[in-house]
Amino acid sequence: MQSKTSAKAKRFFALQRKYLSIPYIVFLILFIIVPILIIVYYAFTYEYVDEATNITYIKVSGQAFLNFFTEWSKINVLIVSLFIALITTVICLLIGFPLAYFLADKKVNKNAVLITLFIAPMWINFVLRTGATRDLLTWMGINGGTHPYLATIIGMVQNYLPFVILPLYTTMMKLDRSQVEAAKDLGANGVQVFFKNIIPQAVPGIVSACLMTFMPTMSSYVISDTLSEGKITLFGNYIELEFTNKAWHDGSFMALVMLILIAVTMVISQRFSKDEKKGGGSW
Amino acid sequence: MVKKIIGQCYIWVLLILMYLPVLVLIAFSFTEATNVGEWSGFTFDLYPRLFQSTEIMVALGNTILIALISAALATIIGSLGAVGAYYSKRRMRNAIDLATQIPVVNAEIVVAFSLTVLFVFLGNLVNAYMFSFWTLLIGHMCLSVPFVYISVKPKLQQMDPSLYEAALDLGCSPTKALGKVIVPEIMPGIFSGFLLAVTLSLDDFIVTAFTRGNGLLSGEKKIETLSTLVQAKIKKGPIPLEMRSLTTIIFLLVVLAVIGITIYRTYQAKKVERRAF
Repeated sequence: MQSKTSAKAKRFFALQRKYLSIPYIVFLILFIIVPILIIVYYAFTYEYVDEATNITYIKVSGQAFLNFFTEWSKINVLIVSLFIALITTVICLLIGFPLAYFLADKKVNKNAVLITLFIAPMWINFVLRTGATRDLLTWMGINGGTHPYLATIIGMVQNYLPFVILPLYTTMMKLDRSQVEAAKDLGANGVQVFFKNIIPQAVPGIVSACLMTFMPTMSSYVISDTLSEGKITLFGNYIELEFTNKAWHDGSFMALVMLILIAVTMVISQRFSKDEKKGGGSW
Repeated sequence: MVKKIIGQCYIWVLLILMYLPVLVLIAFSFTEATNVGEWSGFTFDLYPRLFQSTEIMVALGNTILIALISAALATIIGSLGAVGAYYSKRRMRNAIDLATQIPVVNAEIVVAFSLTVLFVFLGNLVNAYMFSFWTLLIGHMCLSVPFVYISVKPKLQQMDPSLYEAALDLGCSPTKALGKVIVPEIMPGIFSGFLLAVTLSLDDFIVTAFTRGNGLLSGEKKIETLSTLVQAKIKKGPIPLEMRSLTTIIFLLVVLAVIGITIYRTYQAKKVERRAF
């Protein structure tokens, strides 16, 4: 009798426990999935004014698509964003890779606090930090008015370096140092060890480091706006501009482009990590 | 040996460069010159002035209030979601996991813009202005909810499922077993999820700038958080003087947090060592 009721209770509650996720599912659908569907809808419709009656109406159209691909300024924004994101990612990797290597090397650094210190700037308000960088650069003579690109890239690297260090450090901690030693014993020189052993071992970290910098740089708003004093318009700045102008249809199309770019990079990076799991044979 | 010296120099030079803007700002919080780089004599005046500035104090209050409320709600929804998903069928669980990934990989500006368009769309439907404290709250929860889910999920997977069964066999009601067994087991995940949610909300600018409205906290004006206030100021000129002293205070809090984390980690490491012997 006792076990029967308990079994019943169990079955009932097994049903109940599943239902605990309902608020979460509803939240995700309402505020994550529906908004994306709505920007797809807005991207392929456009607002027209009926000249006879002066009433605005919404119609399915490729106007936002045409606006994006025919306006040189928007294509220009795309190219500049890709360019700045690429440079930022490369510089971050060039600085972050040796840094993560040294931080994870017990012979160089025994202090676990250091990695926390490299992450800690993220806890200082991001806008305040960007302003501080701008003020310092202005003092040093690198202001947005005269060197917009240099100032923006310095700001980006400064901000995204922690995001590069963290994944690289994690992979470096797992680095098989005996393999490095073995390569050296077998006669590989420093350059060979680096390119044939350390880099292949660190591929997952490098891929996630790139993901953490490239897209966020492209879509950033505050850093480029503040450090270039409005001279450089990145993808993020342009979406913000469409927001200020209440150009919902054009803005939605740009947001959609951004979303597709992110999806593509995610798929590519997933392929990378899958190859890695199959075994590093190709490397 | 050479490698050690080069490595250490490299680490410390970069660390100083990372903190340089903030440290310079802190140094100039003891003078009243408008621009960083000018020195007009040593003074502590900027510190009392910070606390007299209602603008900054209101923004600070709003920031903390929104961070706590949004993080608390996100923690409840996210943790429940993780528990529910864990006991759901595999297909459902995979679907939830996938949907959770969307806001995590998505650019913040796309999240913000799509939410704004949703509120505009709804506003057009019911012919009303939707933007208020509540839309801002939803915006912040969108940022943090998936991270709570992600930090609770591994704790559920590590949990011993027989513990819950044992509690039922020993006469616990299912609800009581949930509270007495599952919740304590996943508590570290819930706690770190909450902290992450607070951090994300405190630091956010874009979602706040897009989804905020007037009302509740600010009356007629748009809700101002620290991020939006600082952004409005630095668009016009150098960082306001009072905010230099604010930077000092934030920096000291971060230093305290780092010290706290270090002490906690050493304590944990010692506990593990003691257990081993």
